[in-house]
Amino acid sequence: MTKLVEWLFGVSVVVAAWALVSFDLLDLSLPQTYREVAWPMPLYLLVSFGCYSLATVGYRVATFNDCDEAAKELQGQIKEAKEDLRKKGLKM
Amino acid sequence: MASRKTLHPNRDSEDKYSILLPTYNERENLPLIVWLLVKYFGESGYNYEVIIIDDGSPDGTLEVAEQLQKIYGEDKILLRPRAKKLGLGTAYIHGIKHATGNFVIIMDADLSHHPKFIPEFIEKQKEGDYDLVSGTRYKGNGGVYGWDLRRKLISRGANFLTQVLLRPGASDLTGSFRLYKKEVLESLVERCVSKGYVFQMEMIVRARQLNYTIGEVPISFVDRVYGESKLGGNEIVSFVKGLITLFATT
Ligand SMILES: Nc1nc2c(ncn2[C@@H]2O[C@H](COP(=O)(O)OP(=O)(O)OP(=O)(O)O)[C@@H](O)[C@H]2O)c(=O)[nH]1
Ligand SMILES: [Mg+2]
Repeated sequence: MTKLVEWLFGVSVVVAAWALVSFDLLDLSLPQTYREVAWPMPLYLLVSFGCYSLATVGYRVATFNDCDEAAKELQGQIKEAKEDLRKKGLKM
Repeated sequence: MASRKTLHPNRDSEDKYSILLPTYNERENLPLIVWLLVKYFGESGYNYEVIIIDDGSPDGTLEVAEQLQKIYGEDKILLRPRAKKLGLGTAYIHGIKHATGNFVIIMDADLSHHPKFIPEFIEKQKEGDYDLVSGTRYKGNGGVYGWDLRRKLISRGANFLTQVLLRPGASDLTGSFRLYKKEVLESLVERCVSKGYVFQMEMIVRARQLNYTIGEVPISFVDRVYGESKLGGNEIVSFVKGLITLFATT
């Protein structure tokens, strides 16, 4: 099963459940409040997922490590390497 | 004897690590990366070979590679050049054919991947007998150097989107600093059809699909100091295309 199919499957299940409750497709005579809560649910879900995404990405950008130490270490090693290689007879 | 053991802690291991270094115009970086590889493999004592796959670089990378081979020996430095620039994916395929180790390490030759992490990769691999170990910029002490806010945002955003859509079970999909069991790499390379940038992503997504086990080691990624970037402008376009393709086919 490809990811696309997995997603289509998941979305269909959610849409089916939502339609069942919102439009009372099975004539379960659900209380009116159920339908009122269910009806805008997809929008709420989308908005909260959007917020979650923005917050997560924002947090991860803000906490993305800057490896200054690693860059410094590398600079030192580059110098060391160049000297050593020259001694070993490398012509650059 | 005892002191000799501590000097070369892993010398008796039967494992051998083949490092594939694809190069295109890396005259300045190649000696440095090779020097670092020799240093860290010397210290850790693991058995290794470096396979340099140069695609006819006009800047004379191959000549430098030949000099390095003289300095460090033909058993350690292997040259497997190709006549013209045929791309990264096929460079790996070409390199694997000549690899004699039971493990293969893939890394860029532009010094953005530091050999100091290789002993950590190897320990990680042994720890869980992982089929592949991937370096990750997105976890633990991992990180980047020389990236501005815009690049960080694109990188994190693209990574988040990929995680949501593909749930690949690895945190760094586009990184190309990895250790593979040789037969695992062979079977993956055979299956992967993507080019360039997306190739690395496809490799790890297919690995998960085939139920290979994946270990991760945080790495610091330092942007190339010398030379020019070969993967320019339409990186984002090819990323999105690749993501959609993988979404629909894996
Ligand atoms: N043999 C071979 N090596 C290549 C080719 N294209 C790129 N490389 C090498 O592959 C590695 C990764 O390429 P880079 O140009 O660094 O790509 P990148 O890391 O995405 O981009 P920058 O680091 O920003 O330049 C480097 O060691 C290059 O020299 C190719 O066509 N053939
Ligand atoms: Mg690079």
